[in-house]
Amino acid sequence: MSRFLLPLTIFAVVVGFLAVGLTLNPREIPSPLVGKAAPDFSLPQLHEQDKVFSPKDLAGQVWLLNFWASWCSGCKTEHPVLMQIANSGAVPIYGMDYKDQRDEALTWLNRWGNPYPIVGVDLVGRVGIDYGVYGVPETYVIDKQGVIRYKQIGPVTEEALAKTILPLVKELQAQ
Amino acid sequence: MIWLALMMLLSGPAWAEEARPLGDDPVVEARLKTLAVELRCLVCQNQTLADSNAPLAEDLRREVRAMIVKNMSDQEIIEFLVSRYGDFVLYRPPLKLTTTVLWVGPFVLLAVGAIALVVALKRRGQKVADAAITEEEHRRVEQLLSEGVKRS
Amino acid sequence: MIPEIGHFALILALCVALVQGILPIYGAAVGNAALMSVAKPAARLQFLLVLTAFGCLAYAFAAMDFSVLYVAATSNSQLPLHYRLAAIWGAHEGSLLLWTFILTIWMFAVTLFSAHLPEATRSRILGVMGLVSVGFLLFMLTVSNPFERLIPAAPDGRDLNPLLQDPGMVIHPPMLYMGYVGFSVAFAFAIAALLGGNLDAAWARWSRPWTTVAWCFLTVGIAMGSGWAYYELGWGGWWFWDPVENASFMPWLAGTALVHSLAVTDKRGGFKVWTVLLAIMAFSLSLLGTFLVRSGVLTSVHAFATDPKRGLFILAFLAIVIGGSLALYAWRAPKVGLGGSFAMVSREGLLLANNVLLVAAMGSVLLGTLYPLFLDALDLGKISVGPPYFDSVFVPLIVPAIFLMGIGPLAQWKKASVPDLAQRLKWAFGVSVVSALTLPIVMGNWTPMLSLGLLLAIWIVMTALVTLRERLTHITGSSLMERLASVPRSYWGMLVAHCGIAVFIVGVTMVKGFETEKDVRMNVGETTTIGNYTFRFDGAHDVKGPNYTAARGTFSVSRDGREITVLYPEKRRYPVQNQIMTEAAIDTGLLRDLYVSLGEPLDDGAWSVRLYHKPFIDWIWGGCFIMAVGGVLAISDRRYRPAWRRETQEAPAAVETARRKYA
Repeated sequence: MSRFLLPLTIFAVVVGFLAVGLTLNPREIPSPLVGKAAPDFSLPQLHEQDKVFSPKDLAGQVWLLNFWASWCSGCKTEHPVLMQIANSGAVPIYGMDYKDQRDEALTWLNRWGNPYPIVGVDLVGRVGIDYGVYGVPETYVIDKQGVIRYKQIGPVTEEALAKTILPLVKELQAQ
Repeated sequence: MIWLALMMLLSGPAWAEEARPLGDDPVVEARLKTLAVELRCLVCQNQTLADSNAPLAEDLRREVRAMIVKNMSDQEIIEFLVSRYGDFVLYRPPLKLTTTVLWVGPFVLLAVGAIALVVALKRRGQKVADAAITEEEHRRVEQLLSEGVKRS
Repeated sequence: MIPEIGHFALILALCVALVQGILPIYGAAVGNAALMSVAKPAARLQFLLVLTAFGCLAYAFAAMDFSVLYVAATSNSQLPLHYRLAAIWGAHEGSLLLWTFILTIWMFAVTLFSAHLPEATRSRILGVMGLVSVGFLLFMLTVSNPFERLIPAAPDGRDLNPLLQDPGMVIHPPMLYMGYVGFSVAFAFAIAALLGGNLDAAWARWSRPWTTVAWCFLTVGIAMGSGWAYYELGWGGWWFWDPVENASFMPWLAGTALVHSLAVTDKRGGFKVWTVLLAIMAFSLSLLGTFLVRSGVLTSVHAFATDPKRGLFILAFLAIVIGGSLALYAWRAPKVGLGGSFAMVSREGLLLANNVLLVAAMGSVLLGTLYPLFLDALDLGKISVGPPYFDSVFVPLIVPAIFLMGIGPLAQWKKASVPDLAQRLKWAFGVSVVSALTLPIVMGNWTPMLSLGLLLAIWIVMTALVTLRERLTHITGSSLMERLASVPRSYWGMLVAHCGIAVFIVGVTMVKGFETEKDVRMNVGETTTIGNYTFRFDGAHDVKGPNYTAARGTFSVSRDGREITVLYPEKRRYPVQNQIMTEAAIDTGLLRDLYVSLGEPLDDGAWSVRLYHKPFIDWIWGGCFIMAVGGVLAISDRRYRPAWRRETQEAPAAVETARRKYA
């Protein structure tokens, strides 16, 4: 009788979903901004405080925006990878110092190295909110038209760099 | 002088001051509360925006408060947050194509269950006919019952 | 040495469990009495072995043996003894051992109280429980060993999560597990019945007390979890529809439906197949809950440390146990005969309508809990499903069930008439509606939800009184006391349990309708008022606990000028894990709770403080305990006492009544 098989069938479907669920990360929040224009901002720079940093200045090139802070341990983890990007010259990577103290940020960069041509200062995290930042580090790939194409949640790993970010950057630069 | 003394006496323990509310405007705070209990803290992820002590939660509460003060509607404030963080930030899932099953499902389940119950009862009523006890069987039952009494 | 003994005991227990799982079931299938008789001693031996293992782990905690990895991860030399022992179930591995231990306790209980069961049935029941235990023991011995060594031993432990260092921690998980795991007995009964191919009403009669006891424990366990969250987490909430809370609530809903369905199957032999399915469902939901909490597929404040490998094991176990039982169900259930028929409007009909509503409610909780996972797996985005959803969907489903609760006990078996029921209930209905509409106005705040809640609660109590009164008038006997005493315990159990729900509903309704909250900054000497109560902040000073330091505030509470209590909320810092915990101070009362929690220290010695006035909130947990008392009354009924205790005079009287009925 088919109706007696119904509970088993429903259960099988649920188990299928649960099995797939084991491969997912429920805590990760994908960004709704991918495919949308990068929110505009105009913030003072970290090193030259009287100068301003704005995404409009970077129109026409592909670039990375990396949210980081001196108090963030994940930022320390990804730092060598960021230095690698900066040294290779594949794509410029700009920094956003998120809810940090200026002198601590400067000390941190002096100590570990500075991969960023410019670092913006987001003192209260308002720009972070506009970008949907919910933790640091987070990195955005932005194309020539100023549209966000990809968001890396958490540290940029070698794997993410090689498999996702660099191929995407290459593709966007060819456009 | 006597007036002063009288006033002090009448006003009770005048040295106990009334504590000030944490927020500046109770109307704004109330509205913030109503909104924030339906929003999810993105850091702790298991508390509402109203209850969480995470730094991001405080920042977002500050933003929402500013929007309330600017007289933005509830819908606009929710739109602001959803456009940045996605539907994840809402504890009340919005009704869209992908959530129709979610919102309608339980009532469909109820309807299906009710129909199944009624159908099953009707079907059963047709299948099971009440067996009538014959006179012979009745006498046999009486005999068995009285035997049972004698035995115990 | 001791941990190794514990480890070895678990290995032995696994061997015994395998024997217990396989031989008796095979023996019952082929009618081999020798194989069947293996079940009882195997179950008892397994209990002793797991008890030994549990004792060894307890010893490791008590003696602060930090060479055991689990002890080092969840304990600390500064942790007081009772919390060191509660830490046994403070994390994943130990809580699995607790699960298994409680399973063996139930197994042991079954060996004690199953003399009246046919040998084949008992063998199958113990066999099924043995197979479940195989799964858990295997899980522990492969990927979750509580006795794993840490070489070299840690100098000190990482301490128990401060959130868990609380009396609630000591009792909530054991109660909860007694409930969860207790449904394995009903499950085993159902599987045994399917295997044996005989699903007569006797099976339901045997199953009922076991199911009710498990249900009582689960009710208490959930209530304690809720109460603990209320005072421990510091923000005054008592239910959050968190995945782990839902994981315990779903078996409860299924269990409640099962208890009612068993009543129909027991009394009237009807719907046997449905009851069997419910029994399978209830335990399946327990196992599903175990999976959800430990696999990491859902975020929860409550989840144990997660590991995909563990998740995979439990999922496989789930698939085998539940899949196997549902396959057995699909195979055997169609062969089961139908029970007696009954009308749609009858006690059976109403009990089954209750079932439909409870299962729909349970389904809605399951849907809401798993939906984010469904969407994410289908790559359709990430959403959150929280209290606004559950409140909107659950309440409309449960309200009709509560309404029917009043009518069911009054309806006759087999066939009842709607006009007749309406006639008997019209007074109760009228009183309920009028009071529900007017009381909120009297109390100062009228909302539809407030009236609805009060309507349901008053309706339950009114109909209970009507039911009792009708029952009393049908008994012959001189005095009221005599007649009251002759009402069977199971009847009292039902009335009390139902009234427990009424008390619970009053609590929820009043708190939601009338609670007030204040967020203020308080300087020393300042006061604030909520309702009739005035709170004065008398300053904060530092105190030192066994494994924490705290800032303790002093609040004098007075009413109408008279001081009624002093509250000491604390802001604690546990140095080992460097965690800050808010210990709220609560003045508990029958009619209200006063709740104070410290926020942050502000400049100039002031503190941000949150204060609550929560009327009737303790009725929420009080109602749950009353429900459980009802359950206990029901199983203390005369008919469940062992046969040799029952008076032999009972038999002729029962026969006489039967005679009169059939004449």
